Amino acid sequence: MSPAPGIGFSGAASVEGTALFSGLTLAMAPGRWTCLLGASGVGKTTVLRLIAGLAAHVDFEGSITATDGQPLQDRIAYMAQSDLLLPWLSLPENVAIGARLRGGRPDLARARDLLARVGLGDHLDKRPAALSGGQRQRVALARTLMEDRPVILLDEPFSALDARTRADMQDLAATQLAGRTVLLVTHDPGEAARLGEAIHVMAPGSARSFDVPPVPVPRPVDHPDTLALQGRLHAFLRKGAPA
Amino acid sequence: MRLRHALASFALLIAVWQAVVWLAGLPHFILPSPLRVFTELWDSRALIGEHALVTLGEVLLGMAIGTVLGIATALHLALSPRARQLLGPILVFSQAIPVFALAPVLTLWLGYGLWSKIAMAVLIIYFPVTSSFLDGLLNTPQGYLDLARAMQARPGQVLLRIRIPAALPNLGTGLKLAAVYAPIGAVIGEWVGASRGLGYLMLLANGRAKTDLMFAAVLALCAMSVVLYLLFDALSRHLAARATGG
Repeated sequence: MSPAPGIGFSGAASVEGTALFSGLTLAMAPGRWTCLLGASGVGKTTVLRLIAGLAAHVDFEGSITATDGQPLQDRIAYMAQSDLLLPWLSLPENVAIGARLRGGRPDLARARDLLARVGLGDHLDKRPAALSGGQRQRVALARTLMEDRPVILLDEPFSALDARTRADMQDLAATQLAGRTVLLVTHDPGEAARLGEAIHVMAPGSARSFDVPPVPVPRPVDHPDTLALQGRLHAFLRKGAPA
Repeated sequence: MRLRHALASFALLIAVWQAVVWLAGLPHFILPSPLRVFTELWDSRALIGEHALVTLGEVLLGMAIGTVLGIATALHLALSPRARQLLGPILVFSQAIPVFALAPVLTLWLGYGLWSKIAMAVLIIYFPVTSSFLDGLLNTPQGYLDLARAMQARPGQVLLRIRIPAALPNLGTGLKLAAVYAPIGAVIGEWVGASRGLGYLMLLANGRAKTDLMFAAVLALCAMSVVLYLLFDALSRHLAARATGG
């Protein structure tokens, strides 16, 4: 894996003439977790999709750059709320699908190793349909790790999980993705408080950064600093962006 | 359970049929009783079997050719928006032509032999196979395509590894319809001009007032269609189960 670059994002986006956001500036530090928090519909997923090159229908004016000046496109791995496992493939084949899709040879041995690393070593012969929601997201995480990209874009990947599974997945992802530049889009203040080394809250038209405590991520769910930050984020989300 | 329901509804049909024969007092050359038809089916099993094999051959060949053409067309249309714009309306318009109306001209072009019947079967199944498979190919879940794009996938690989497997249940639905339609196509072809096949046998029996033989041939045709349908239904379920991992 090449060294993780930072990412600078600034610009305005609209869909068919309706503005989603304008004058938005975000900086993602290299090798760090940046959380983009906000209510539904403020355009936080659009920001992520623009960086991922998945927003063909969005008119974007601005710039998305890596701090090392190199193109971003082939240095990104993407993980969504839906696990996007292909039901007709085995777990190792799912994890190794990237190489197949690029016309190469999949390294199934490495895929099995990664599945073991995310705690699914006993389930290697199963099909996705035989797994729970949390286990499926673990497979998706293994697939993301398999891509071995320095930049990871996470679009609410844990929001469909129950509270306990979600916390487990947050721990696992934080450990496994350490050292990479991660952008996590979420609407959950608790998740941002646990994982964000930088936290931006997006409101219509702007983004505000929050200071984070010096506790290393993943911060314990019951740490007073985590809870205090979660409370501040939650309160801010409820009253909306002050003018 | 399904078998028991099927047998029950079949028994009901036979009972109604027998009741109509009894109550209306119809002569057997107008409407033969079920027993007469089954007896005829047994007594003429060699004759009916011989003609049924001919029809079955036409149906299977028609299905094979129609399916290959349908799949090829659907793939082509799925890959080329230009072709979709250009050929889509023609495809729909072609469905407005009753296939029955084309039977005489197909016989004129292809002769009285096997090929005019196969062509009828191909024509009648081509549209359902093409449109159902195309529908599946054009409705790949967007999330899969996003993932593939983020992975810098090659379009050909996306088609092979994601779009086609995801569309197989739709193809199964099309094949199920084709299994029901193809025998109709073959029999229409035989009506227009043939010297063999169940359609020919029906016309022959009807013309000689052998109504029980005609009904026996119809039963044989129904049985063939039902078996084909069940086979393709099983295939379609298998494809759907594979695509959903169920």
